[in-house]
Amino acid sequence: MNEVEFLQWVKGPAFSIALFIFVAGLVLRLFEILSLGRKVNYAVPKGDPMQGGLREIFRRFGTDKATFQRSMLTIVAGYVFHIGLFVVIFLLAAHVEVFKSVFGFGWPHLSTPVVDAFAVITMLALVVLLIHRLQHPVKRFLSSPGDYVAWVVTFVPLLTGYMAYHHLLLSPQMMLGLHILSVEVLLIVFPFTKLMHTFTVFLSRWYNGASMGLRGVKS
Amino acid sequence: MRMQTPSPYEQTLGEHLRSQGISRRGFLKFCGLLASSMALAPAMIPKIAAALEQAKRPSVIWLSFQECTGCTESLTRSHSPSIEGLIFDAISLDYHHTLQAASGDAAEHAREEAMKAHYGKYVLVVDGSIPLDNPGYSTIAGISNLDMLKEAAAGAAAIIAVGTCSAYGGLPKADPNPTGAVSVSDIIKDKPIINVPGCPPIPVVITGVIAHFLTFGLPELDSLGRPKAFYGQNIHDRCYRRPFYDRGLFAETFDDEGAKAGWCLYKLGCKGPVTYNACATTKWNDGTSFPIESGHGCIGCSEPNFWDFGGFYKALSIPTGSSGQNVVYAAAAGIAAGVAIGAINKKSKTEAASSHQTVTVEELNQESGS
Amino acid sequence: MSTLTLERGINAFKAQIDAPMASFFSSCVSCGMCAEACLFYTENPEPRFTPIYKLEPLRRVWEQEYTLIGKLKAKLGLSKPVTDAELAEWQELVYNNCSLCGRCTLICPVGNDITYMIRKMREGMVASGHAPEGLIGASTRAVQIGSPMGVKLPALQAQVRHLEKSSGLEVPFDKEGAEYLLMLSSMEIMNYPEYLGAVAKILTNAGKTWTLSSECFEATNSGIQIGSSDIARELVSRVVAAAEKLKVKTVISPECGHAYTALRWDGPNLIGRPYTFAAKHIVEVLDELRAEGLLQTEGFEESKLTFHDPCQLVRRGGVVEQPRNLLNMVAKNFVEMADHGTLNWCCGAGGGVSANEDAEEVKMKAFQRKKKQLDELHVDTLVTACANCRIQLEEGMEVNQMDIPVLGLTEMIAEHLVERKGGAA
Repeated sequence: MNEVEFLQWVKGPAFSIALFIFVAGLVLRLFEILSLGRKVNYAVPKGDPMQGGLREIFRRFGTDKATFQRSMLTIVAGYVFHIGLFVVIFLLAAHVEVFKSVFGFGWPHLSTPVVDAFAVITMLALVVLLIHRLQHPVKRFLSSPGDYVAWVVTFVPLLTGYMAYHHLLLSPQMMLGLHILSVEVLLIVFPFTKLMHTFTVFLSRWYNGASMGLRGVKS
Repeated sequence: MRMQTPSPYEQTLGEHLRSQGISRRGFLKFCGLLASSMALAPAMIPKIAAALEQAKRPSVIWLSFQECTGCTESLTRSHSPSIEGLIFDAISLDYHHTLQAASGDAAEHAREEAMKAHYGKYVLVVDGSIPLDNPGYSTIAGISNLDMLKEAAAGAAAIIAVGTCSAYGGLPKADPNPTGAVSVSDIIKDKPIINVPGCPPIPVVITGVIAHFLTFGLPELDSLGRPKAFYGQNIHDRCYRRPFYDRGLFAETFDDEGAKAGWCLYKLGCKGPVTYNACATTKWNDGTSFPIESGHGCIGCSEPNFWDFGGFYKALSIPTGSSGQNVVYAAAAGIAAGVAIGAINKKSKTEAASSHQTVTVEELNQESGS
Repeated sequence: MSTLTLERGINAFKAQIDAPMASFFSSCVSCGMCAEACLFYTENPEPRFTPIYKLEPLRRVWEQEYTLIGKLKAKLGLSKPVTDAELAEWQELVYNNCSLCGRCTLICPVGNDITYMIRKMREGMVASGHAPEGLIGASTRAVQIGSPMGVKLPALQAQVRHLEKSSGLEVPFDKEGAEYLLMLSSMEIMNYPEYLGAVAKILTNAGKTWTLSSECFEATNSGIQIGSSDIARELVSRVVAAAEKLKVKTVISPECGHAYTALRWDGPNLIGRPYTFAAKHIVEVLDELRAEGLLQTEGFEESKLTFHDPCQLVRRGGVVEQPRNLLNMVAKNFVEMADHGTLNWCCGAGGGVSANEDAEEVKMKAFQRKKKQLDELHVDTLVTACANCRIQLEEGMEVNQMDIPVLGLTEMIAEHLVERKGGAA
C-alpha cells in the first residue's frame, strides 16, 4: 500500500469504522450507567435537587482559593490543556469542515496560526501534566495503564496534526494519514477509558449537585 | 550542405535540426528553456547542447489504450513551437493514433516494423489504462491492450506512462472500475517505467521528461515513479495563495467575497496539500495560469485514485464515507447493545439485592470472636 | 463458623452500586485533588489515603460486573476478582482514615460524591466481616442496650431528676402531643450534661411544648457509622416509632453530626417511606425561634472566638447560616477560619473514627489540620455544635497543649438567654 492508498483508507473505511465504534460505544456506556438506576429519596428536600444539579455542573469549573493553592499545577495546566484542546478540535477551519460533514452544520473558525499556537501550548501543557503525573506521589500512585493510554491517544493527534500542517518529517500524505489514523484510534478507545469523563462529568456533577440541592447546601 | 539526405534513423539530432533550418541560436534557446524547466544550473546548458547534438533520434512508439486523448491534446497545444515542436523533431514518432498519417493495416505495419528494427532501443510511450476484466473492452486492430502492451514492452528500452490513466489507472479505474482498469506498472515489472501523471500532464512536463531521457537517461524518480524534477514539489508549498491558507482566510463559495479576493480554496475542495506536480510554478498555456489561479481548487489529478479521493468540492479533511448515516446506525447499534446490557445490569443488581441476608450484631460478634 | 463471607460482601457491593456511582467511577480522571481535600492525607501524606483509592475494590466490582469492557477484561484475566485479603487490607482505609466528612465530595472537579460511595462500600465491608472492633461493639450496644456507649434509661432519668431539681424546669417524658420530641446523644449524656439543661431552658422560655421518650432517647446511629443499613434501619425505626407514638410535630436531633444525617436524610430511605413528622437539628430549631422573636439574648462573649463547622451539619446538612446567626447574637468578636462554612475542615473524629480504637493514632494526626487552622487565628475560644467534635477537639488540644476552651453553641445561647414574659416556668 503506498502513501496515497494509506491516506484514502484512513479517510474512508477506517474513519467509518472508528466513528461507528465511537458513537455506539458512547450510547452503550450511557445505558450501562443509567440502567443501574437511583433509588427514590423519601427525605423532605430542603432545596431543589434540579437547581442543585445544574448549579454544580457550572460551579465545579471553578475552585476555592485554598484548594487552588494546594493543586495549582493540576488546575492551571489542566485548564490550559482543556481550553487548548477545545480550540484545536473545534475552531480550526479544516476540522469545522469535518463536523459540517457529520452534523450538517458548522460554525465560525479561528485564524489557523492562532490555532497553531494553541496546539503548541496544549502539547506543552500535556507534557507538563505527564511529568507531574509521574512525579507527584498521589498521581503516580493512582495512575493505571489506562491513564497513560489516555494521555498518548490525546497527545499523538495533536502532534501529528501540527506536523501535518507544517509539513514536518514525512510527506504531507503520510503525516495527514497518520494524523487521521491517530484520531481514529482516539475515537475507538474513547468510550472505554476515562476519556468518557467528557460526557459523564455532566452526570456525576449533576448527581452530586442534586444531593447538595436536596440538602440545601450552598457553598 | 549534404549530398544526400541520410536515413532519419542515422541522423544525429543536431544534423536533423540543421536540416530543418533550426538555427544554432534557436537550438541553444531550447536547451536553455529545457535546463530551466528542470531546475538545472545554466552551466548545464552546454552539456545539454552537446548531448542533444550527438544524440540519435530514437524511435518512439506511442500506444493509446483506455484514454480520452487529452494527453495528446495537451502535448500538441503548441503555443511555443520552440519546445514542443523541437521535441517532435528530436524523436522519430513512429506510431501514434492521432498524429500519424497512416491508418488501418498500414499503421500497424509501421509499428511492427519499428519494433523489429529497433528492438531493445525504442522508447515506448503509453497513455490510457489497460482493462483486465475483459480484453474486449479495448482493442486495437483486434489486439487487446494487455497483449499489445506486453509485446511492445518486451523490446522497449524504457516506458513512459503519460497521464494518470497509464500511470495509476486514472478515470477508468474510478469506483466501481467496471473494466478492471490497471496501470502500466501493474502489468510490466521488468522495464524502467517513468510515470508522468496528470489529467492531463503539463505539456512541457511531457516534453521535458522525454528530453531528459534523451540527454541524461532515466531521471530520478520518487516513490510513485514520477520524475522528481517535475513532481518533487507539493502544489501547496508553491501555491501563490498559501499566505491566505496560513492566515485562515478561505473562500466559502465560488463567487463570494473571499473567492473574488483570491483567498485559499481549501474549503472548496482544493487537494493542493497532498498533490505533487509543477502546476503552481510552471503553470499551463505557456505559463498563463493554473486551476487555483483561475479560482478552482486543485483536484489532485497527478495522484493515484484522485477520482475516489472524497470529491473535488469537499475539503481535504472531510472523510469520504457518509458520516451522517453512519452516526445514525451507530446510535441504533449502541441503543440495542445498551438495552441488552442494561437489562443484564438490572437483573444482576436485583438478584444481588434479593440475595442480601440481613446483617445482625450477633453475626458481627461471631465474626470478631467477641 | 463465620456467616459473614466475601460472597455476602461482594453481593452487598453489587446491590449498592447505582447510576450515580457508575457515573462517578466513569468520570474519575485520577487527578489526585481529592487527596489534597482530605485531612487524613494532608496530615499524613501517604498516597494510599487518597479518597478515591479507598474505593478501589468497589470500583473493580463495578467495572467487572456492570460494564462490557470490564466483563471482557475479567474474562481475559486482565482484571482480577476482589479477594477477602484485599478487603481486609482496605479496612484501614475505609474506616480508620475516613470520617465521611464530605470535603473530597465538595472539591472533586468532576463532581464525584466519594463520601456517598465510601458509605456504600462499608455495606460490603460489614457483610464480609471487615468492620473494626470498636464499631462492632458500639453497634452491638446500640442495638442491645439502646446506646452505643451503654447508657441505660435509668441513668438518663437520674440526670433528668437532678436537672429538674437544680433548675426548677420541667423535663417531661412521654408527653403525647408535644410539639417537639428531643433526642439525645450518649456523648452528651455522658460528657456534656449541660446541654439538656440548656435546651430545656430555651424551649420552656419560648413557650414550646416538648418531651423526651422513655422508649428511645438515642439519636446517634452506629449502623450508619459501621455502614450497615440493616442495623441502621433497626436503630432509626426506634426513633420513628417513638415519634409517631407520641404524635409529635418535630423531632429534634441533638448537637451531633451523624445523628442529624441519620435522622434527617437516611432515616426515611431506611424505613422506605416519608416521616409523618419533621426532623430538625437543634441549631435549626434555635434559629427558627430567633427568627420568630422567641429567643432573646443579652450580653456578649468577651473572648475572640471562632466556629468549628461540624461536617454533617454544615457541609452535608445545609445548616450553614443558622449557627452564625445565633453566634452573632452573643459574640462581638467572632472571626471565621480561613476555610469556613462548607469548606471547613473535619475535626477528624466523625464517621465512626472516634469509636474505632484502631484509629487512635491517625485521628490525632488528622487533628493537626484543625490545629493549623486555629494557629492562624489566635482565638481564645472555639465554639461548635456537635458533641463528638467537642470530645475530639478537647483531646486534640490536650495532646498539643493548646489552651483554647471548646464550648457548645446551645449552652452558650442558653447562658445569654433573656427570660421571656409569658415563658412557662
